[in-house]
Amino acid sequence: MVQLMNRTDNETKATVSPMEAPVREAAKPVVYDTKQLNLWYGSHHALKNIDLPIRENEVTAIIGPSGCGKSTYIKTLNRMVELVDGVRTSGEILYRGRNIFDAKYSVEELRTRVGMVFQKPNPFPKSIYDNIAYGPRIHGIKNKKILDEIVEQSLRGAAIWDEVKDRLNTNAYSLSGGQQQRICIARALAIEPDVILMDEPTSALDPISTLKVEELVQELKENYSIIIVTHNMQQAARISDKTAFFLNGEVIEFDDTDKIFQNPADQRTEDYISGRFG
Amino acid sequence: MRNMGNVRKTFESELEELKGKLLRMVDLAERQLGDSMSALQTQNLTLANAVKQNDAEINALDDEINQKVIQLITQQQPVATDLRKIIVALKISTDMERIGDLAVNIAKSTLHIGDEPLIKPIVDIPKMGDAVRVMLRKAFDAYDLEDIDLAFELAKEDDAIDEAYGRLIRELMGYMHRNPDYVNQITQLAFISRHLERVGDHVTNMAENIIFMVKGKTLNLNE
Ligand SMILES: Nc1ncnc2c1ncn2[C@@H]1O[C@H](COP(=O)(O)OP(=O)(O)OP(=O)(O)O)[C@@H](O)[C@H]1O
Ligand SMILES: [Mg+2]
Repeated sequence: MVQLMNRTDNETKATVSPMEAPVREAAKPVVYDTKQLNLWYGSHHALKNIDLPIRENEVTAIIGPSGCGKSTYIKTLNRMVELVDGVRTSGEILYRGRNIFDAKYSVEELRTRVGMVFQKPNPFPKSIYDNIAYGPRIHGIKNKKILDEIVEQSLRGAAIWDEVKDRLNTNAYSLSGGQQQRICIARALAIEPDVILMDEPTSALDPISTLKVEELVQELKENYSIIIVTHNMQQAARISDKTAFFLNGEVIEFDDTDKIFQNPADQRTEDYISGRFG
Repeated sequence: MRNMGNVRKTFESELEELKGKLLRMVDLAERQLGDSMSALQTQNLTLANAVKQNDAEINALDDEINQKVIQLITQQQPVATDLRKIIVALKISTDMERIGDLAVNIAKSTLHIGDEPLIKPIVDIPKMGDAVRVMLRKAFDAYDLEDIDLAFELAKEDDAIDEAYGRLIRELMGYMHRNPDYVNQITQLAFISRHLERVGDHVTNMAENIIFMVKGKTLNLNE
């Protein structure tokens, strides 16, 4: 449930003076700093002058109507968007202080720091074990004991260990959609990332699986920074600390999630979140 | 966002309906208060009894508003301004329900005084009654028009009510010493002043809620 008044439980009416701003925690360090980012698919200007600081151990939700550039933005963060022909960018994205567009920047290294989870669960047609061990193996880990350890830790981290520990050698396709999605999250965790990008990770899941993934996101933010694209407003309100509202390739508003859902500054944000758009 | 058009149109009209119910409640509260004061001034015990009876209507509206609010929250999962409108309607309806009860209390005090001649023609209590009714009418407009300036004005008017209450109580205590035979009547008049002062506080709450609804910020006007 969203907070209705900007008051925390242990503050009582008597101790809050009028119009007093709620006490804010000190801002966490910035993981990803996007500065004046522009992106074109050929002649189509898909991202326009994006400025967005993404902070450590926070969940940042990206919301906005279809086609506004949400997926494009998060695929830019790990430079996956470059796989599309004719993509051009300008501006900077600083990851831990270094510009990822820098000629010397290694995309491979970036992708070991930044994991991604997609809308549709996309496990490999392999065993559960091999799905998780895939990334670490690519990075040269061959020792069975170490791999076992990574697989268990990752599956535990994705809150699915208990459900699959007795059938690690069965094909990941035999799992339910919600389980497959958590396998994909475990696969992202196995590379020991710093940041996890999620593009509508629950849109193909039933409510119970959705709840599990949401709870997982809450737990994961203790150790990771998470950026999640979602069309589900309640989900953004429930699980994120910050919310960015995108519209036609621009960031219209970026603020604390409570602020966005209780009292947004921009009328367009209000129209969108309250379902009055278009 | 798919096919939200019609669903949201219904939502808009339901919000209007909620607002309509609430305005009716404010109006009723104001009328009940007016009737309770007339009953006192004219010692019209029939009217005082009618005020007691009519309270059921305000209570019923309060129930309807509670139901409507629960329905809108579950069906629409409102956010931002929509959510504030709904929550504020719930809170204002509680204040109006309380004002209804206070009007009933005033009527009951009038019944306790009965047809005993008044110790002197009462002037200041009716004035106070008029002042809180004017506040209620302004609160009606402030809510209807989402007029923040008007809501802020209300807080100032409540200060005058509080002062009037202080003066009245001192005066009534003076009478009490000099006219021990009228202790019951004077006590009832003191209660009535107290009830009117409480009405002012509930209207001030309403003003705060209107400001929160429009601005999304809380502030306490009641001090
Ligand atoms: N590979 C591509 N080539 C050309 N244009 C593209 C490509 N991918 C996306 N676009 C265009 O860029 C814009 C942003 O697309 P994007 O996929 O980022 O939107 P989105 O916000 O993720 O939408 P959705 O909510 O539907 O997933 C759209 O106008 C889209 O048509
Ligand atoms: Mg997308």
